[in-house]
Amino acid sequence: MDASAPSPAQTSRALSLTLAWRFAAFQTARLPLVPISIILLFALAAIFADVIAPHDAQVGSLSARFRPPAWVQGGSSEFLFGTDHLGRDVLSRLIYGARVSMVVGFTAVIVAGVLGTTLGILSGYLGGWVDQLIMRVTDTWLALPALTFAIFLAAVVGPSEMNIVIILAAVYWTRYARVIRGEVLSLKERDFVRLAIVAGCSKRTIMRKQILPNVVNSAIVLATLMLGVVIVTEASLSFLGVGVPPPKPAWGLMLADGKKGLMAGYWWLTVLPGACIMLLVLAANLLGDWLRVKFDPQLRQL
Amino acid sequence: MKRFIIRRLGYAALSLILLSFTIFFFVRVTGDPTVLLLEPGASRADMEALRQQLGLDRPVLVQYWTFLSQIVRGDFGQSFYYRTPVLELYFSRLPSSLALAVVAMTFSLVIGIPSGILAAVRLNGWWDSAGKVFALLGLSVPSFLVGLLLILFFSVYLGWLPSSGSGTVWHVLMPAFALGWYFAAAHMRLTRSSMLEVLGSEYVKLARLKGLPEALVIGKHAFKNALIPVLTLAGINLVLMVNVAVIVETVFAWPGVGRLLFEGISFRDFPVVQATVLIGGAMIVVVNLLVDLLYAVIDPRIRYGR
Repeated sequence: MDASAPSPAQTSRALSLTLAWRFAAFQTARLPLVPISIILLFALAAIFADVIAPHDAQVGSLSARFRPPAWVQGGSSEFLFGTDHLGRDVLSRLIYGARVSMVVGFTAVIVAGVLGTTLGILSGYLGGWVDQLIMRVTDTWLALPALTFAIFLAAVVGPSEMNIVIILAAVYWTRYARVIRGEVLSLKERDFVRLAIVAGCSKRTIMRKQILPNVVNSAIVLATLMLGVVIVTEASLSFLGVGVPPPKPAWGLMLADGKKGLMAGYWWLTVLPGACIMLLVLAANLLGDWLRVKFDPQLRQL
Repeated sequence: MKRFIIRRLGYAALSLILLSFTIFFFVRVTGDPTVLLLEPGASRADMEALRQQLGLDRPVLVQYWTFLSQIVRGDFGQSFYYRTPVLELYFSRLPSSLALAVVAMTFSLVIGIPSGILAAVRLNGWWDSAGKVFALLGLSVPSFLVGLLLILFFSVYLGWLPSSGSGTVWHVLMPAFALGWYFAAAHMRLTRSSMLEVLGSEYVKLARLKGLPEALVIGKHAFKNALIPVLTLAGINLVLMVNVAVIVETVFAWPGVGRLLFEGISFRDFPVVQATVLIGGAMIVVVNLLVDLLYAVIDPRIRYGR
């Protein structure tokens, strides 16, 4: 949406109330232990994938195709979560898939965050034509549906893990830039910034030493909230075949493979990777909500 | 008013130009566009011919001008796969997308508005908590996962609904629900907060003081006004639905614009990808413009503000 164009007061008030409600929803917990432990669990799985994965994630045996999970009739404890259409162990692929999701998710969120925050500060503090240029690009890119834009970029640069990170950063930096710019606009009117100007600090120094430390909190909260979005987008791209290239085990790819066996009733190939995506995204969103409320006292009062 | 409209039109035009430049820029900057714009296995002579046609030896701005004037004339090139003009292809798929979006919108409003009202009226009660969980799930469970789980349940286990394709009413139900899922949560959240806003206003207090029954206060006085922002959002979302349905349409093999985009990627049919993204972006820019203008007509404060 074009925020520099006037928006109706009623809608914008209603929208800010909406946000407050969503973010305030889980403020009661002192520390969101459940989301933190879910994220930690996936992070540990990602880091120690080589140690804990019981089988090779990329090579299976064709004699062991479509084995159901261990607790279903016909399943064995050798393949706890069953096997896929190439006889690969689903549990091992889920564990390695966590690595892909975590690495791509965190890197993309950080790259987009650094880019967006920098441009947001420049835009807000310098104003003038720099502001106009950055904000016009931001508005235009925000108008493109994120997934469609990402698909277009993926079609242009071709699939690889590195490219996915670049694509996601290119699509999502605008969200940071828009928010950070807004904060900088009010920060630069504050006394400590004026004092710095009077003291003769250069614009560069003010942006680095006065402005940046004051927007870092917001950037971190945004990054946490973006993590879920980025992971879903990566999974969607992989699902469509323009994300992480096979045979690497990414959850989105597993879902695409799983769809082939869906009508035959091989439910575990869809439900298990799906559950992983859902859990991780849910946890990231909950943690983001909690951080948001913690860093923004205004929301706590609502 | 006139000045406002002109300024807003200017912004929209600038957005459209930036949009086309973005697409143009990424196609040129990432390497040799002839690789993207020619079919795999094209001959060296073909590549040379295209280079000439695109004028790759000429300055970038001249190239951009050529590109822009082609688009304005509605010339998005030929689809490699279908051998027809891309624009024709796009418009042949648009009705399916619209049909899907309308049903999905119906789902999202039928679910979103009543649950939003209930959450607002029973503030902090059971309904409100349920609403919070639903809002979070709507944001966290991606639509393609909803779609796959629906297929698993309704097609594989129950055998009630067809898992893919189009043609009957039964075909549209699952993709529409999967697409409407996220938007239902969004519509619920906005209905709730909009209702809360209205319920706290003076005229609702007056209606209550007059001794009107609560049902009438909520149903007649509050609900109507609370609906305005929700319907505005719904209007924007309808256009968004046409453009974000690529995953859902792929899961259910629904023959819409999203599916066209997916085919474009799978067959390396680049003109199709480029056109779909451009037209989609343009649609959203235009809708944003219309909403702003509409609001300016309704609400004079906006015309004179800033």
